[in-house]
Amino acid sequence: MSALTKSYGDLVAVDGVDFEVAAGEVFGFLGPNGAGKSTTIKMLCTLVEPTGGTATVAGYDIVRQRDEVRRSIGLVFQDPTLDQYLTADQNLRMHAELYGVPRAALRERMTHVLRMVGLEDRRSARVSTYSGGMKRRLEIGRGLLHAPRVLFLDEPTVGLDPQTRSSIWRYINDLRKREDITIFLTTHYMDEAEFCDRIAIMDHGRIVVMDTPEALKASIGKDRVQITTDDDEAAQLALKSRFDLTSLIAEGQVTFAVPAGESFVPRLFSELGVPIKSVSVSRPSLDDVFMSYTGTTIRDAEAAAGPNQFMRAMANRVR
Amino acid sequence: MSTTIDPAAPTSLSTALRSAPVSLGFRHDLRGVRVVWQREMIRFSRDRLRMITSLIQPVLFLFVLGTGLSTITNGASSQNVNLRTFMYPGALSMAVLFTAMFSAASIVWDREFGFLREMLVAPVSRWSIVLGKCFGGATTSTLQGVIILAMAGIVGVPYSLPLFLTVFGELLLLALTLTAFGVMMAARINQIQSYMALNQMLLMPLFFLSGALFPLGNLPAWLQVMTRLDPITYAVDPVRRAVFAHLHAPAAVVHRLNPGVTWGSWRVPTSVEVLIVAAMGLSFLAVAIWQFQKAE
Repeated sequence: MSALTKSYGDLVAVDGVDFEVAAGEVFGFLGPNGAGKSTTIKMLCTLVEPTGGTATVAGYDIVRQRDEVRRSIGLVFQDPTLDQYLTADQNLRMHAELYGVPRAALRERMTHVLRMVGLEDRRSARVSTYSGGMKRRLEIGRGLLHAPRVLFLDEPTVGLDPQTRSSIWRYINDLRKREDITIFLTTHYMDEAEFCDRIAIMDHGRIVVMDTPEALKASIGKDRVQITTDDDEAAQLALKSRFDLTSLIAEGQVTFAVPAGESFVPRLFSELGVPIKSVSVSRPSLDDVFMSYTGTTIRDAEAAAGPNQFMRAMANRVR
Repeated sequence: MSTTIDPAAPTSLSTALRSAPVSLGFRHDLRGVRVVWQREMIRFSRDRLRMITSLIQPVLFLFVLGTGLSTITNGASSQNVNLRTFMYPGALSMAVLFTAMFSAASIVWDREFGFLREMLVAPVSRWSIVLGKCFGGATTSTLQGVIILAMAGIVGVPYSLPLFLTVFGELLLLALTLTAFGVMMAARINQIQSYMALNQMLLMPLFFLSGALFPLGNLPAWLQVMTRLDPITYAVDPVRRAVFAHLHAPAAVVHRLNPGVTWGSWRVPTSVEVLIVAAMGLSFLAVAIWQFQKAE
């Protein structure tokens, strides 16, 4: 593929996305809601036909070889897709039949994936009795049942509590060690993006930057300083005129980046001329990466994406 | 530059599965039909309440309404044939009608609870999912009909294997057609409430106009026309003919209670009625498959 594009009417959800993912890699799509992550994944999973461009997944063309692509991928969606009235075993068996898993291998394979996601002792219980985290784990296990080459996880931990999130990540990390598999995931949690081998930051339907989390953080090369003041706009002007620093006001704080942040703080207090109420200095995080490439924090981007999502929902409806 | 996700070199437990011949194609699709059907069976067998509730209405009509109204008609010309006996074919059709339309709602449930997506993204043809759903709904609703069929003796219909087999076949056909109709409607509906409202709106007129409750002869012209337009009419009539063929009643009574369906002065034969129901079922099925083929 190149320049994979999806538009709904006038609304371009994904605008010419280009990338390659190597075998065995954990690749993350990072971006606010409405950035086009899910749409890109849906195109790669053959759920949505691209309006432009091409792509291959596991060597198969996503438009011309849909069934082959579907057979080679595992999918875990944002929203649950389990049959709650069936047991875990029955859900898995149903999946195996739909994906054409040979019956001879089924028993062993089911036990294998259930053990991997730690649900072997609950396999005969109805899914409706499971907790949110268990359901998600079962979905991941089910996505692996037919031994896919690529596993797509669309927001695998959204809506789960922090403890369950970290346990899901333990399973995902475990999985990449035990199964030779490429994992492709989307997230809007910065801390989760750190687990990926490489991440692509998406904003407004485009890939803004793509590299390893370490390289991205190193590319910033500066510490982040956040201050709260009585007059944020005056502080912004003062930063520009006295230190030639460009700053942003986000989440009620004036934020800017300087090399060697700690030694800069004393100068800041003596020279800024605007009373400072608090200050914090931090090493660059993926938040800073996101901010430096898109000019906003991911949370602010999400707030701004509200009307955009509404438009998309409308466009979906019209279709 | 191109977007490529390379296949991982297969190792360990996945090796066997990845190198196994990928059995996509017709046989795989049949496997899909079967597993979708099986799931409906599992869910139905777990839902005893539904089994009982969907029997209440036909039993009410048959025994309460049938017995109650027979106090008016008894002593009139329908000697030897109780009103319950007359309504029996209607009750059989009703049991199938209500269960079949209700069972198609499971597609809307599946959509609301996400499971439909699991089926739609699988490497299996959409027609096999639709067919599996239709067979599932048809099986459960025919089973409901069979329960009413077992009550034949109570309403004065003799137990006979040929009668049982004929009626069973006719009910199965009706069930398939109605489930296909339900699935066709459900293809475009996202909310269970909307489906139920639509169901309610359609069920009663279809049932009342089908001749399940009154003979279709000697009706005013407007009602005559409406009953002939109701597709269920052509499913109820063959059942009634089969039942009346096994009754020992005076010819005049049979003629009054079982006038058959006429177009003008032509009495539509059973074979044509069965063909009408089958043709409708196939068209509903075709539309349903076509709609699911387009769905995301």
